[in-house]
Amino acid sequence: MTEFLPLAKAIEKHVPDGASIALEGFTHLIPFAAGHELIRQGRRDLHLIRMTPDLIYDQLIGMGAARRLTFSWGGNPGVGSLHRLRDAVEQAWPRPLELDEHSHAGMAAAYRAGAARLPFGVLRGYIGTDLPAHNPRIRAVTCPYTGEALATVPALNPDVTILHAQRADRLGNVAIEGIIGAQREAGLAAKTLIVTVEEIVDELPPAMNGVLLPHFVVGVVSPCPGGAWPSYAQGRYGRDNDFYLRWDEIARDRARFSAWMGRHVLGTPGHREFLDSLRQGTA
Amino acid sequence: MSDYSRDEMMTVAAARLLWDGCITFVGIGLPSAACNLARLSHAPGLVLIYESGTINTRPTVLPLSIGDGELAETAACVVPLPDIFSDYLQAGRIDVGFLGAAQIDRHGNLNSTVIGPYGKPRTRLPGAGGATEIAAQAKQVFIVMKASPRSFVPRLDFQTSGGHFAGRAASGARGGGPAVVVTDVGILKPQAASGELVLTVLYPGIPAEEARAAIGWPLTIAQELESMPAPTAAELAVLRALEARTAAAHRQPVRLPT
Repeated sequence: MTEFLPLAKAIEKHVPDGASIALEGFTHLIPFAAGHELIRQGRRDLHLIRMTPDLIYDQLIGMGAARRLTFSWGGNPGVGSLHRLRDAVEQAWPRPLELDEHSHAGMAAAYRAGAARLPFGVLRGYIGTDLPAHNPRIRAVTCPYTGEALATVPALNPDVTILHAQRADRLGNVAIEGIIGAQREAGLAAKTLIVTVEEIVDELPPAMNGVLLPHFVVGVVSPCPGGAWPSYAQGRYGRDNDFYLRWDEIARDRARFSAWMGRHVLGTPGHREFLDSLRQGTA
Repeated sequence: MSDYSRDEMMTVAAARLLWDGCITFVGIGLPSAACNLARLSHAPGLVLIYESGTINTRPTVLPLSIGDGELAETAACVVPLPDIFSDYLQAGRIDVGFLGAAQIDRHGNLNSTVIGPYGKPRTRLPGAGGATEIAAQAKQVFIVMKASPRSFVPRLDFQTSGGHFAGRAASGARGGGPAVVVTDVGILKPQAASGELVLTVLYPGIPAEEARAAIGWPLTIAQELESMPAPTAAELAVLRALEARTAAAHRQPVRLPT
């Protein structure tokens, strides 16, 4: 049975310190409200998993919540660096960060394997790159039929995957529209799946080929309107490209970053108040 | 037409290399501008695929990020990202993949991972993303980078993506590797035998010496150096209109969700 919980309760109940967690969503539907709640509750020693760490993990890393990062592209899309991620890797601030680094194709294969409960993913990948020399988890297998050497990555099975979606129904079925990245695979790979949603409806239209995570794979649904900002929710609100540009300035400096997080995230009790705090003045 | 910037020349040069019907794997920034310029001018049937899963997208403005809503709204279909990498790129369905990087060497190998040692980098760069597999599996790779000795280096700090490296033929890479490197001074292409990048095209008004100074290894210049015509008025008009639409769209404030 899918549980319906307020976001803070869902995090409190299902995400302990030290957990491996995947907050997925490729540019679209990034579960920012859940990331902020992890910071408010002071989670530590997390193993963060995400293809593109984006601002959401820049914030968690800068606040010292992470010990390890599994990822494949760590930039601010279309803008430049993730300064908090860079500071952690280059200067170990505020604490050292272990890297488990992949390519997009490798991460995708690892999620697919995890979703299927297979031990590893296989791909014709990691060719002509130094990545395997620095990541012992990237290995190879010989195809038993053709003899071709293929790359392997261990399955990703996060303790908890958190997604954001447009809608869920009262049973816990989840509908997602637009760019879905690896959300479906990351959701199915998780031991526990939490989905924050813009809206809970009585009934979803028949899904046909639209993406739907059926209720029996969804552990928790938490209503959270606006929960993807400054990412976006197709059909609801657009990506705040201007904030992504401004984040470059906010995150460049440790003190300015800490002040911003203190005021807008630690200084607000929940996501509604977080958004209100941004409306009131200079972000 | 002489009043154009080097960025515009570079974008137009990349666009001219694309043909109608070509299946392209597009990156953000200049490649995105070049592909859309080609689509809006000589190659209306160009198929644009962005790694976020949008196939045959026809954006009216250039996206800031690889996953802007504009790309999904104007796409023929939107597929999960794992499908893009396994069933489209790995399966050999991409004609041209675009790449850029912080560093390139004379064989077209690329670094977008670190400057300095991996374990203690001076500069941590974003990393591989889709680049490693694009470099290996697209039928051709078009590299787009501004020429400077900092970027065109004798030796990479880290090899993120393979060009014409020793052993490529037996590596399992099924794509042809870098076909061209489009810079802001001219175009480099790999020599057939060695895979070494040589200067084959210079843009109007740029002396060969300037190209030589901008490349951090002893640059070979092709004996029959071609010169590429300057951007036409029509090309510049399409490109500038696209960029103006993009700037206007990106200035629209986003209302915070309630």
